[in-house]
Amino acid sequence: MRKAQGSWEKRILKSLNSMCTELSIPLARKRPVGEQKELLNKWNEMGTDEPDLSLFRPVYAPKDFLEVLINLRNPNYENGDSLSFRTHLGLIQVPLKVKDIPELKEFFVELGLTTGQLGIDDSTQVPPELFENEHVRIGQKVLAEQDSAAAQQYVRQGSPTALRAELWALILNISSQPEDILYYEQLKTNVIQHDLLVDSLIYKDVKLTASNDDYYFVFEDYLYQVLLCFSRDTSVLGHFAYSSASPPKSYIRGKLGLEEYAVFYPPNGVIPFHGFSMYVAPLCFLYHEPSKLYQIFREMYVRFFFRLHSISSHPSGIVSLCLLFETLLQTYLPQLFYHLREIGAQPLRISFKWMVRAFSGYLATDQLLLLWDRILGYNTLEILAGKILAAAVFAFRAVNLMEVTSLAAAEAVLADLSTLKVMPLLQIFLFATVT
Amino acid sequence: MSVQTIRSVFSVETGYRLSDDQIVNHFPNHYELTRKDLMVKNIKRYRKELEKEGSPLAEKDENGKYLYLDFVPVTYMLPADYNLFVEEFRKSPSSTWIMKPCGKAQGKGIFLINKLSQIKKWSRDSKTSSFVSQSTKEAYVISLYINNPLLIGGRKFDLRLYVLVSTYRPLRCYMYKLGFCRFCTVKYTPSTSELDNMFVHLTNVAIQKHGEDYNHIHGGKWTVNNLRLYLESTRGKEVTSKLFDEIHWIIVQSLKAVAPVMNNDKHCFECYGYDIIIDDRLKPWLIEVNASPSLTSSTANDRILKYNLINDTLNIAVPNGEIPDCKWNKSPPKEVLGNYEILYDEELAQGDGADRELRSRPGQSLGPRGGRSRDSGRTVLTTWK
Repeated sequence: MRKAQGSWEKRILKSLNSMCTELSIPLARKRPVGEQKELLNKWNEMGTDEPDLSLFRPVYAPKDFLEVLINLRNPNYENGDSLSFRTHLGLIQVPLKVKDIPELKEFFVELGLTTGQLGIDDSTQVPPELFENEHVRIGQKVLAEQDSAAAQQYVRQGSPTALRAELWALILNISSQPEDILYYEQLKTNVIQHDLLVDSLIYKDVKLTASNDDYYFVFEDYLYQVLLCFSRDTSVLGHFAYSSASPPKSYIRGKLGLEEYAVFYPPNGVIPFHGFSMYVAPLCFLYHEPSKLYQIFREMYVRFFFRLHSISSHPSGIVSLCLLFETLLQTYLPQLFYHLREIGAQPLRISFKWMVRAFSGYLATDQLLLLWDRILGYNTLEILAGKILAAAVFAFRAVNLMEVTSLAAAEAVLADLSTLKVMPLLQIFLFATVT
Repeated sequence: MSVQTIRSVFSVETGYRLSDDQIVNHFPNHYELTRKDLMVKNIKRYRKELEKEGSPLAEKDENGKYLYLDFVPVTYMLPADYNLFVEEFRKSPSSTWIMKPCGKAQGKGIFLINKLSQIKKWSRDSKTSSFVSQSTKEAYVISLYINNPLLIGGRKFDLRLYVLVSTYRPLRCYMYKLGFCRFCTVKYTPSTSELDNMFVHLTNVAIQKHGEDYNHIHGGKWTVNNLRLYLESTRGKEVTSKLFDEIHWIIVQSLKAVAPVMNNDKHCFECYGYDIIIDDRLKPWLIEVNASPSLTSSTANDRILKYNLINDTLNIAVPNGEIPDCKWNKSPPKEVLGNYEILYDEELAQGDGADRELRSRPGQSLGPRGGRSRDSGRTVLTTWK
């Protein structure tokens, strides 16, 4: 795994460097004072007046990453003698241990059919006295007590919209202390003083994704404010201690290979890819104060999101998620799986992009937030990409999918997820499917 | 039918009579509500009447401002009220005012002023022609500009809500659940140097779509549900619900204000486009009502919305897709409402009395106005359906 991650990183860095030389733009440069002043003035509206980005391309897109994952093989693994029925027909060929449905049911017990859920039991047909009112009351108590563990347990059943922002902050241990605000301001100053190549990548990404999104276009300027600061935040480097990834290094001009002159580039070690800004976008619905928004995003990134784009064997890592997805689908919807495979539409190809983005930009925002409630509550990403939801979506549209005859058509059936209701899907798939 | 055609259909000269199986989509004198000056006139008259009756709705606070009926920004007719306006202007000379031609739409002819000299033209006219009847085409209204609009992502926006009225007496109106917010493409600033920049101040799509940053995919539009989600998440549920309740309230009050003067022709129904602005204290203001809201679409989502709007409107106005009969009782069954929900039904409200416990959940009927319910048997009933 580490080797694969290592070579993937080399590739990304090479691509970045070549873009750099192609466009003859330095990776980093100090801004002249005039430019600094100008940027400070339009700090709140960076969305307008953008630089010419036509020559920039995102360093990589999710589908490139998928290709790498597909080609992962474990050289040590002995497949054993017999070709059992469970020979894996999916794209991921790495034998990692993933949970199966009985284990999932146990793990996600609070999502069961008999437990009240927000996202199901607060719909208009259900009287609020049944579940919602009580749930809200409990939520308010949890907040009053400032109990982080209780909050985490609580959001497993969904968080009421009015309490969500505070609950998430509680779970992530974010409180806006003056030091935090100061830290953010410091990052902002860094942005003003230095211009990084990565900034252009961020601009391009926002313009390509969030600016065109019906829900998030309003928050375009916040996205710049958060992401530009994020790429200069060296505290993010801390997460590499528990990630299989390592931050790319760059060398001061002329001193290639000399370790004393190596710096991490970008300063936070994370090179954004196509769609990266969508990790931040949904949070804008909850926090409108930039430094708080920033802190929440950073914490979410170092706890969860980084696993979605690095190669590791962690159960929440993207490889395991993909495997979980494929296994679930193959086991419980074998006909569908086989059919799609036959027509050249491997299910993972379609659902991969959903998982990498944690469904941001694919689901309606209120549903997405309900989903992320559960991620925080269970402290795992398995619910997403997973695999479970992705599998549930496929199951839901199975009838239509059985009829398609091409990858393009399959994509079309699954193209628009914005009308889906997350929780009922999850419940049905996990708890109501006959196994 | 367009408004021009309606004018001729109902005009005395043509002698045209609608037969029983003909239904039209405008009321003959809709302009009582949809012309900016007449709307304000009618609302002012309505308030005075309530005050005279001693109705609790007309209650005022210690500054003389109406507690429940202050939903239209201070407005004067020009040139008629010029002197009154000047008096008001001098009270707060740093205020900004917005000049709007009475009979135009799509943001045409609107501009902002903050100095008396900018409207000298109307002062001269008023001095010289107090008895000459003004040509209505030249009439303007001048309103106090709401310079503290609620901003999201730093941008000003307004709400466009669709309201269908099938009859005015008894008042029966429906609110379309899928309204939307129209955002400006440029960041808002109250700075005086940008008073001329219409991209900052006017949210009409007709104007914004000429801006540099106009995006054809989302068209600068948000659904009302998004707005609700955002406000609930960042401001809390109570204030958000209160805001939406107030919006419903002002729509109904505006309809009640014009109901007595409306020609309640049984051949008519009308779908209005209400424009509402929310200020940064979460107070909604009624800006204007449009008789012919744009039914063209600027984005894909828009097209779906407008298609459904027309579909649902016609289902309510002409049920079952049968040949209409204007004598029917105008009470459509619940199933045909589609995306509409009953905003106010005078008959039902009067029949039920005040003690009905109704749920106040969005997406269903709109909640009871417990605090404002005055049910002493008056005709002005404020319980909600």
